[in-house]
Amino acid sequence: MRRRILLLAGALALGAVAFSGDRFWLQFLGKAMIGCILAMSLDLLVGFTGLVSLAHSAFFGLAAYALAGVTNRLGLVNPLLTFPVCLLAAAAAALIIGWLSLRATGVYFIMVTLAFTQMLFYLFNDSPALGGSDGLYVAERPVDSRAAAYVAIWAALVLAYLLLARILRAPYGRVLEGIRGNEQRMRSLGYPTRRYKLVAFVIAGALAGVAGYLDATLYGFVNPAQLGWRQSGLILVTVLLGGKGTLYGPALGALLLAFIEHYGERVTEHWNALIAALIIAVVLFLPRGLAGLVEGGRRA
Amino acid sequence: MTLSRRALLGAAACSTLLSRRLRAATGARLKIGLLLPYSGTYAALGHNITDGMKVAAAEHGGKLGGREVEWVAVDDESDPAKAPANVNKLIAGEKVDILTGPVHSGVAMAMMQIVRQENVLTIVTNAGAQAVTGTLCAPHVFRTSFSNWQVSYPCADVMLKAGHKRAVLMFWNYSFGQESMAAFKEGYSKGGGAVVKEIAVPFPNTEFQANLSEIAALKPDAVFVFFAGAGAAKFVKDYADAGLQQKVPLYGSGFLTEGVLTAQGAAAEGIKTTLHYADALDNAANKKFRESFKKATGRDADVYAVAGYDTVNTLAQALGKVKGDTGAGKELIAALEATRLDSPRGPFRFSKAHNPVQDIYLRQVKGGKEVVLGVAMKDAEDPAAGCKMGK
Amino acid sequence: MSFSLVALQLINGVEYGLLLFLVASGLTLVFGVLGVLNFAHGSFYMLGAYLAWWLSERTGNLLLAILVGLPAMALIGLLVERLAIARLYLRDHLAQVLLTYGLVLLFNELQRALWGNDVHGVATPRSLSFTIPLGEAQTWPAWRAFTALCCIAVAIAMRQVILKTRFGMRVRAGASNAEMVEALGIDVRRVFSVVFSAGTALAGLAGMLAAPLTTVYPGMGESVLILSFVVVVIGGIGSIKGAFLGAMLVGIADTFGKVLLPGFASAIVYAVMAAVLLWRPRGLLGPAFEGR
Repeated sequence: MRRRILLLAGALALGAVAFSGDRFWLQFLGKAMIGCILAMSLDLLVGFTGLVSLAHSAFFGLAAYALAGVTNRLGLVNPLLTFPVCLLAAAAAALIIGWLSLRATGVYFIMVTLAFTQMLFYLFNDSPALGGSDGLYVAERPVDSRAAAYVAIWAALVLAYLLLARILRAPYGRVLEGIRGNEQRMRSLGYPTRRYKLVAFVIAGALAGVAGYLDATLYGFVNPAQLGWRQSGLILVTVLLGGKGTLYGPALGALLLAFIEHYGERVTEHWNALIAALIIAVVLFLPRGLAGLVEGGRRA
Repeated sequence: MTLSRRALLGAAACSTLLSRRLRAATGARLKIGLLLPYSGTYAALGHNITDGMKVAAAEHGGKLGGREVEWVAVDDESDPAKAPANVNKLIAGEKVDILTGPVHSGVAMAMMQIVRQENVLTIVTNAGAQAVTGTLCAPHVFRTSFSNWQVSYPCADVMLKAGHKRAVLMFWNYSFGQESMAAFKEGYSKGGGAVVKEIAVPFPNTEFQANLSEIAALKPDAVFVFFAGAGAAKFVKDYADAGLQQKVPLYGSGFLTEGVLTAQGAAAEGIKTTLHYADALDNAANKKFRESFKKATGRDADVYAVAGYDTVNTLAQALGKVKGDTGAGKELIAALEATRLDSPRGPFRFSKAHNPVQDIYLRQVKGGKEVVLGVAMKDAEDPAAGCKMGK
Repeated sequence: MSFSLVALQLINGVEYGLLLFLVASGLTLVFGVLGVLNFAHGSFYMLGAYLAWWLSERTGNLLLAILVGLPAMALIGLLVERLAIARLYLRDHLAQVLLTYGLVLLFNELQRALWGNDVHGVATPRSLSFTIPLGEAQTWPAWRAFTALCCIAVAIAMRQVILKTRFGMRVRAGASNAEMVEALGIDVRRVFSVVFSAGTALAGLAGMLAAPLTTVYPGMGESVLILSFVVVVIGGIGSIKGAFLGAMLVGIADTFGKVLLPGFASAIVYAVMAAVLLWRPRGLLGPAFEGR
């Protein structure tokens, strides 16, 4: 119950900001909420299925580049046209990369996802035709005003949360958790575990694509730095900070990281060390992250 | 009810304009935003640019146009992915009066996207991407450093005069390298030179052995390269180690040796480079600047510090004319365009596209020091392809 | 490409591969024996390089610096293991990735605070500052040959220790079944500490040997880290032989890739890794120790 109230209050507060008209907060919280979508979708894999994927940022970046591509080359601007295209691009990529990566397990799986992320990164970074390391502008954004973009992001965040929560409550979600616990047992019970994992991977990748689409909408700028293992690592950090396997925890983690990155600089020049200390402290002493604090007390 | 975007932007611009003029009128502090790298590989550049600016500010008693300067620095980490957020932090969050920076051209591209929509005076203090004063030029955007074309084009003439008609090009394959090579080829082919091979190295890869073997096999008259920072240090050392230093003369824009000369040691001996500045420049402004910089920071000034220094001096001159009113729009821009400085790099002024018009020097490493051989190109002006201002 | 150019590129590739092997060997050891994914491995490489620079400036001799620096790196490894890594033995991969990622950030800040942002050159010792001619067009610096020889020596030494000594036996046993080993009365913890310490020293040595070649600069460990992961995975986690094979493959693929397919050069290494894993999901030589 406590959790529900917190989430509702948070959603309302974030939604209210849309009316403030403050250029900075609209952009800052918009970006933070995109991080929340990324974190939650990654939690589906990390927290509930037990798959640590470093490819998440690849789908994020791919969708963003897809928007730049269809807008700049094909002249499509209407979000009703561009959004499905970009979503499809991200989902298709997730299908292919997921199918290939899931042939490996454990740490090898992590490394294969890393390999694909890096390959995509270099594809965009090294091709002048695709913008190279300087990135590309999106000639005309799907929505013009900052406030409209913010509302779109907010809506996506709420819908993503509801969707993921629904999936996880359903039998499908239970199977995923079973796989996380003991995949062999699930297989012996007759479940085609790889198929389940692949579906989760595609859903997560598609949501990451939604985040990428929204990011390109917010800024009108795409860059290879958005792909690559460093970005993926940051998303993992938010999942950890927030508490994996709780769905809302990672969203909190993303918000926390955004605020620390913003205000940390005022505190010290070595603010990176601050983040490092935080990460280490959370790993060692607060393994359940922020969500652990919210739930309170010890759970059996 | 739908408000056109124009109307909204107009209203927003007006309100910021009014608030800026109000703040100027009441003598409020002048907020200068610094979008620079203070961590990562380019941190040294970020610090030098910043300190160059502070040295200049100190010379003006910490006041520009009668207003006290307040520095607001954001570490851009040379990360284009975080750039839009960082730019917004400065413009929308801190509401800076003037935005300066960055080093990395990817960050500059992100910055230009936003800056062209907001009406904030922006001074680019390093990134040499052509587009900044080319296709993306804008009345309120100025650059005090250089354009990639300016530091590469003159080298072609230098090499041709030295009798090198067959050259191999080697460069990092991103905008800086690509634009450098395009400029070089423009000058080189005009003078009858032939490019035997173009070796594009993915950025920021520093494994050069394979390519150096290629060069050794090709036996060109000379080699023109673009690398900078630690990569340049390694390249020069590898070049010497492969035995090429004595066999094939090495040329490049000044970034090949800037900041890394001591690290390169004897391997850099004899390298000729073209740049809009040299530590050894023999003019009064340079001597004074280098002294002040050394006294203030304990480090030696370099081309990056000069950009910072000139940025603040430019602002001092222009803001002085409009009595510190950063909201003065057209008057301020006109004042900036009329800037004339006795910069440590020589005479300094802006072109119509707001890029510096400056002398490009030919330097050579002799005895472990950068020696100025002469002026490779006088009053070099970037062609500003695609800029529609002042035309 | 002429035959001599191919031979030259082969030498380039093998030499690059040998240095990669040195870094990767420490990583695969830690990974295979302790079961820990150590993202901070690249930071040890960087620390080694900075130590080499700092000590050689003070003593005037790089070889001396290396002799002093090696035990220093081993000590650092010991400290890190006791304070941080030991707590990860019972945790999952995510915790390991993130804790060691945090260590990377910390080491980066430490390096900046101690030694600043500039690029520094390291001079090779007089005795090894000559060049060897390779054919008529090119020369090879003696330091590179020395580095290659060191890497080979380390490879042989490691093989001997792991296969032929008692301690090596304990290492293999501890990796395969730590609980059983402990039940037999052997202090597995000590084995782990020593292995991690050795891994750190190996990365540090690689940094020290590479320092004159790459110069010393902030963030120099990053590219090396990713590549060493690639090498370890290609070769099979925990397998030194695999790391050697993987390093050779990566070194040669990267070198020839640069010359033959310059547009895709960076991606080639990852494509090779993905291909290897899809063919042999546990790396070329599989995990050397069961249960990982």
